[in-house]
Amino acid sequence: MLFPTTLPSRTHACVVITGAGIFTALGGGWEENAKGFRAGRSAFRPVSLFDVSRQRVKTAAEADLPSTLPKTSLDDRRLDRLDRAGKMLLLAAHEAMEQTGWESGGNVPIVLGTTGGGMLFGEAYFRCAVEQSSRQRGQAVRAVCYQPQVQARLVMEALNFSGPITTVSNACASGSNAIGQAWEMIRSGRANRAIAGGYDSLCEMVFSGFDSLQALSPTICRPFDAGRDGLALGEGAAVIALETLESARQRGARILGELIGYSSSIDMHHLTQPHPQGTTTQAVMKSACASAGVTPEDIDYVNAHGTGTLLNDSAEAAAISEWAGNHGPELPVSSTKANVGHLLGAAGAVEAVVCLMALREQWLPPQLAFETPDPACRFPVVHAPQDAKVNVVLSNSFGFGGVNASLIFRRWT
Amino acid sequence: MSRIFVAGLGAVSPAGWTVAAMRQALDAGTPLPAEPLDQHRQKPLLGRMVPKPPSRPEFLSHPRLRRASAITHYTAAATLEAAAPLLSASSDARFGLLVCLQSGCVQYSCRFYDETLRNPATASPLLFPETVYAAPASHVAALLKNVPSVNSLVGDPSSFLQGLSQAAQWLDDGNVDACIVAGAEEAHWITADALWRLDRMASISAGAGALCLCRDAELSIGVELAAITDGHTYVGKRGRTAAARAMREQLTSSSGNGSGELLCDGLGSGWRAGGPERAAWRDWTGPRLSPKLVLGEGLMAGAAWQCVAACDALANRRFTAANVSLVGFNQQAAGAKFQGVSDFCRNQT
Repeated sequence: MLFPTTLPSRTHACVVITGAGIFTALGGGWEENAKGFRAGRSAFRPVSLFDVSRQRVKTAAEADLPSTLPKTSLDDRRLDRLDRAGKMLLLAAHEAMEQTGWESGGNVPIVLGTTGGGMLFGEAYFRCAVEQSSRQRGQAVRAVCYQPQVQARLVMEALNFSGPITTVSNACASGSNAIGQAWEMIRSGRANRAIAGGYDSLCEMVFSGFDSLQALSPTICRPFDAGRDGLALGEGAAVIALETLESARQRGARILGELIGYSSSIDMHHLTQPHPQGTTTQAVMKSACASAGVTPEDIDYVNAHGTGTLLNDSAEAAAISEWAGNHGPELPVSSTKANVGHLLGAAGAVEAVVCLMALREQWLPPQLAFETPDPACRFPVVHAPQDAKVNVVLSNSFGFGGVNASLIFRRWT
Repeated sequence: MSRIFVAGLGAVSPAGWTVAAMRQALDAGTPLPAEPLDQHRQKPLLGRMVPKPPSRPEFLSHPRLRRASAITHYTAAATLEAAAPLLSASSDARFGLLVCLQSGCVQYSCRFYDETLRNPATASPLLFPETVYAAPASHVAALLKNVPSVNSLVGDPSSFLQGLSQAAQWLDDGNVDACIVAGAEEAHWITADALWRLDRMASISAGAGALCLCRDAELSIGVELAAITDGHTYVGKRGRTAAARAMREQLTSSSGNGSGELLCDGLGSGWRAGGPERAAWRDWTGPRLSPKLVLGEGLMAGAAWQCVAACDALANRRFTAANVSLVGFNQQAAGAKFQGVSDFCRNQT
């Protein structure tokens, strides 16, 4: 039963990550992405998925989907019901499940963050319905499959899992919230394992939305740079497999890292603008540290939300500087949105996997185009590839609507 | 785990802007009239719309709600009605807020995408932020002010019960004093068009429903959350019929087939979509309430109305317990049980 739950006692179980899958414009899989993030490679190019000729900005971090998808339980007909976003989710989930080695057929909860779900189906449905042509073939399938829970269900079926599906949609904090909520589920003893992550694909409506707000950079996305002029959109998915340490040890599983802290709250300053001093962000970072039992001095790297917009980055820089205090000048910070763009509902999940890469391989992801720090930055921005001793990292995500989330990961040795 | 009580209810529906208006319509039992959603469509797309409020709601003067869409107005009205008893009892209560949606902010989304297709250079930047699923929760949190925890959940109507379960968890963790779970939708011809493809007898409707939950029995309206079943997901060989049956078995394992308890089901005028739920409850002999027959297919709002109607019946001491059955369209089947709390129990807690 979901309620009342019969938990033996509050366990506060140690939660570890035993699988991680990632798909971005840098490529498919851990290895390809680690290589790209470590080198600070940028993946932006002209958008080819839809017509951008009348948009102000014409580039994004568009991913290349492989021509064939991994063999799963889905036949071709059902595979066609996954849109571009769902296919990226399948690729990431498949990699995570291959890594973790969980036996299939299990009842495992899945918690996913997204802002659009199968939005490409939704857009196609709208265009076809507006035309009112007699050819309405495929509309019933689009009406069903644009919904995020259907995309998630198909991915569960593909991988032979059958747990409850939760779809979190707190805008660009969704991916982090999904991972955080899965962590809470396991930590409190309500589940021993969970699959969590985020996914979103580029689509015309959202691209046009950010362009209409003049939030897209007409040049290069440069988070925390004094000369920054906006964000760049990207697409992709990331999925992690979380379980109790006990469960991972019983299986002799390879542990990629430990998720030790999470917090989320809401900034009510404005629907699309953060409080200029980042007060909620500060509170969430403090609260995440408290849940992890660490202080800012214990954090070796911050993967910032860092969109590249004027308002987000100045507020986040103020918040990180204030929160880190005297530790600030020694605390490396970067935003990997400079490499793969803003992945919206997938952002928090992709950045969580980047944090795991940094912890396992002991490097920091650089922003190569970074030149002049914003005056609010009282911390160094990683702007060249570097190896580093990284034991604990914090990842920030904020969304339209004001939801802020911070995750804290620890190296597993 | 703590006992969880219902401290307030709120509803905006085609019957009006209060729980009382909804109760009156459900008691009358007559389907509310449907009207055309778009005269220019080839198909007769009908919907049961929310009437204009009798007077302009005070919350509309809040600067955050000036450009907000109908779904935010419905969510705000239902939430404030549900929270009213607590807000009057304690001005510093910390609220959790969970807003559950299926179609979400479809009016502004369609408008913005239509503008994009015509000419993206002139698509309105004022509309776009209101298209995100998180917009209603954000605006309502700003109205309530003291809201440390917010979440927007998307899914088929059965996921409203996941919202209730998460609220119970937040209350148990002690992060909030009360938690509001709202389900909301707005009507648009495109939603009606999509529904028409799946069930031609169903008629779309709009509105919101909200439950305010707390741990303090003294604050309750005489209703307690007794149980929420697992979400029986439709995966693999388990389709809607098997999932609905599993949910029903789990929900009524102790109470059987209707021993004086109310069943608030999700059956509407659409025969096709209701088949698995009808089969799962075929042997139910107790009293039954089907809000969708009167109010229309409100998607996530409909799930919330079912819970509100069940709790309202208990608060008015019409029954001692009520079961809510939610057999979702494409995700899972889940059920909940609420029970009346006697004054004796309230004083003992």
